[in-house]
Amino acid sequence: MSTTSEHAAQAAAVAQPVRVQTPFRRFLSDFFESRLAIGAIAVFGGILFIAIFAPWISPQNPYDLMVVDVMDSRLSPGEKSLTGMTFVLGSDGAGRDMLSAIFYGLRTSLGVGVMSGIIALCIGMTVGLTAAYFGGRTDSVIMRVVDLQLSFPAILIALILLSILGKGVDKIIIALVIAQWAYYARTVRASALVERRKEYIEAATCLALSHRRIVFRHLLPNVLPPLIVVGTLQTAHAISLEATLSFLGVGLPQTEPSLGLLISNGFEYMLSGKYWISFFPGIALLVTIVSINLVGDQLRDVLNPRLDR
Amino acid sequence: MSADQVPGPMLETRSVTKHFVKHLDLAAKIVRRLGADIQEEIVQAVDDVSLRVSKGEVVGLVGESGCGKSTLGRMVAGILEPTRGDILFRGDSILGAANTQDREAALKVQMIFQDPFASLNPRMRVADIIGEAPLIHGIITRAEFDDYVDEVLDRCGLDASFKRRYPHQFSGGQRQRIGIARALAVKPEFIVCDESVAALDVSIQAQILNLFMELREGLDLTYLFISHDLGVVEHLSDRVVIMYLGRVVESTTTDALFEEPNHPYTQALLREVPRLESRHSEFLPIKGEIPSPLDPPSGCHFHPRCPHAMPRCSAGAPALKEIQPGWMSACHLND
Amino acid sequence: MSEGSARSDRETAETPAAAASHVTGNTLIVEDLQTSFFTKAGVVKAVNGVSFGVSKGEVLGLVGESGSGKSVTGFSILGLVDPPGEVVGGSIRFRGRELVGLDDIAMREIRGSRIAMIFQDPMMTLNPVLRIDTQMIEAIQAHSRGSRNAAYARAREVLMKVGIASPDERLRAYPHQFSGGMRQRVAIAIALLNEPDLIIADEPTTALDVTIQAQILYEAQKLCRETGTALIWITHDLTVVAGLADRICVMYAGRDVEQGDVDEVLDHPLHPYTYGLIGSVPSRNRRGRPLHQIPGMTPSLLNLPPGCAFRARCDRASDECLREPPVVEHGENRRARCFHPYPEGSL
Repeated sequence: MSTTSEHAAQAAAVAQPVRVQTPFRRFLSDFFESRLAIGAIAVFGGILFIAIFAPWISPQNPYDLMVVDVMDSRLSPGEKSLTGMTFVLGSDGAGRDMLSAIFYGLRTSLGVGVMSGIIALCIGMTVGLTAAYFGGRTDSVIMRVVDLQLSFPAILIALILLSILGKGVDKIIIALVIAQWAYYARTVRASALVERRKEYIEAATCLALSHRRIVFRHLLPNVLPPLIVVGTLQTAHAISLEATLSFLGVGLPQTEPSLGLLISNGFEYMLSGKYWISFFPGIALLVTIVSINLVGDQLRDVLNPRLDR
Repeated sequence: MSADQVPGPMLETRSVTKHFVKHLDLAAKIVRRLGADIQEEIVQAVDDVSLRVSKGEVVGLVGESGCGKSTLGRMVAGILEPTRGDILFRGDSILGAANTQDREAALKVQMIFQDPFASLNPRMRVADIIGEAPLIHGIITRAEFDDYVDEVLDRCGLDASFKRRYPHQFSGGQRQRIGIARALAVKPEFIVCDESVAALDVSIQAQILNLFMELREGLDLTYLFISHDLGVVEHLSDRVVIMYLGRVVESTTTDALFEEPNHPYTQALLREVPRLESRHSEFLPIKGEIPSPLDPPSGCHFHPRCPHAMPRCSAGAPALKEIQPGWMSACHLND
Repeated sequence: MSEGSARSDRETAETPAAAASHVTGNTLIVEDLQTSFFTKAGVVKAVNGVSFGVSKGEVLGLVGESGSGKSVTGFSILGLVDPPGEVVGGSIRFRGRELVGLDDIAMREIRGSRIAMIFQDPMMTLNPVLRIDTQMIEAIQAHSRGSRNAAYARAREVLMKVGIASPDERLRAYPHQFSGGMRQRVAIAIALLNEPDLIIADEPTTALDVTIQAQILYEAQKLCRETGTALIWITHDLTVVAGLADRICVMYAGRDVEQGDVDEVLDHPLHPYTYGLIGSVPSRNRRGRPLHQIPGMTPSLLNLPPGCAFRARCDRASDECLREPPVVEHGENRRARCFHPYPEGSL
């Protein structure tokens, strides 16, 4: 019976220690209870590090035409180039070092995914909060737009937009934002509707605070937890969406390939046994997405509404 | 015009009615057009209630689930707007607060809520919970913030060091005190207490009730005390108003009500309230469930459960009549 | 004196064995029950030495505020305490049979048939996706052989017993179609199905309106008188217990601090906590005067103070109270755990 633990928790909660425990500190201690989460965060941290510092840590700049030599192409992992550099993960069809290409690819993939995620979150959050707070017709209209948007597959929307907008990093970010914002809006609205009914929001109304203040200072911070979970999982989704688009040849130009594009480029070589050109970027993509998902899972468990601890 | 010069009650509700309507969505509207018998669901939460609270009084508002007391309380506090009727504070209507001046007036009426766990923003520090509104409305300046919050906390029996903490670090009784401090911080004159002690243990309840009485004296406050607990209401109130299914059924001084209740519902309520002195009681409950506000009985709402029901009772609702000076009751038996 | 204050509060409370044997009751005897929760913050001693007894046809009111351990006591009797909690000491003898340490299968046989429980929230008893008749028949058939028809008839009979007028209609319905009071009545009916010897009711009327509460109390009272079932009514509401119970046991911070006949305890309380609690109830005091206020708060069960748990809030406390207060008998089935009880007849 969970209620017996409730009673115990209630009893233990009376007379708390004096130390000020911010909700954030509480969250951190809960989060790091799981070893899997710690592992996932460590891996993701590593990936983030690589992505940010790629130009400085990769053995070679694969997009510097001076360094790349087509004579080095399709070398298997461990072989050396004509200049004596070891291709740890092999080289691709143009003679680029796979490891370096993956580092740069991670940079692009992560950058696009996170960037579009943040922008979509901001837009979706504002829309969702507005719908939940004002209710009535505002809510109906906004939610119909959201429903309409969500009834199209994200990839279809992205493809259509990109065919209109053309190639480029900014274009693909725009496409991803438009494909994603509705999902955030819906999540925020659901959470905000619950919070809105709570008495502390009524108290804020009673205290004659302005609507804007109530929404952003009172409602928003309490709606954030599920939003963070969704944001994390959606980022992983955005990265994989972008990879798919790149694989299909839409979106990013050859000069700034992401992991998806790398996989796509190497695809033709799969059957001839030169697996490493697609395989390693694929692994990198997999590891990135899995680590983000694991972090998101732990976040969701920790931030789940439960009893006051 | 000072408070003493304004004639009449401090707070008055005039024929206030509140309906909650569940509107039909597009699909239902279409189906209705095609001939299906779908009605909009209307909950008549509050039905033509006229109350008066004089300065310095404590009026207890009592009733069971579905009687509309919480809804009425929220309308008085400015959280909900009535469907019909008017609410006047010091003679001026508080409805439709549009400009700053109206909002200032709104601050004079504050509310203290029932659930100590849901009534405080879990992500704000106590200092901000209490000090936000006074700062925004210019009651205090940034420089005065800390001292002011300390003062209010002290008045509510809380230590100043609690300022930096978050609500989850406090017990139910302490949170309720923080809620009271928040209300007091904007210097109100009228407080609506919505079941403010219902969620507390008896010994903590006693502390909070004593605090209410102290504040009433010290700050010259007027209360509308909403509760289902007749013992608490008897202890605190000067006058009592009994509600049943959205309507006022009886209203008089506390002594008179508890001595000899007039309305059959009040009589049943008082008979059934367990008291510390009555041991090995013979419980004699009135039959029947409390009807749903979605589908109230015709005429007098209480007639299905009333031991004295007559045919007249289901035909028409009895009017709230003055049976003695200051004593109102809505029952056909009084005619 | 010095040994008492030097004693660490991690030791299990040592109640003098002599006092424990004075609890009587031919249906249930709980002696020095201890239930603790092993949480990551520490050990919460939710029940820290509780003894009482209940006899056939008797109503015992188990009274306490939040954190007193009254609900956990109820769950412990039925073996419903889940990890991280467990019963760590004491004995629970149900009609002579020891329940502490009983294996799961034997416990399941008793639960629901010999001892039944009614919870505060009827939705804890009622499955929202099953019809009432399904649930009731299930409860019967879990403990006895017999046809479905016989089970249905029994269910119907019991629903009428708890005052439900049209049982056939109600049996075909789902829980969400009922009001709170009606659901609680059904929960009581389910408890009655297998004619238990003991019913434990955990705050069943706390969430109900006054008029509905009166109905439930009426049913509970009637059933005890008619069937001779023993009833433990767990509540924080002294007024309910005053009207319903024959005997009261007051709990504070995991211990029973006073118990006895309801009239005696309420008219002549011995323990300062009971005294304070009675004084806090509004109807008791004269109108307009401040209520008697017990200062402070319940201590944290993670970190109980040495000696008497009430010492910090008690105006009769002395240095002696740093030791474990003994259970003192004040007459037939009347005891209080205090060094300085109020003298008899002082109220």
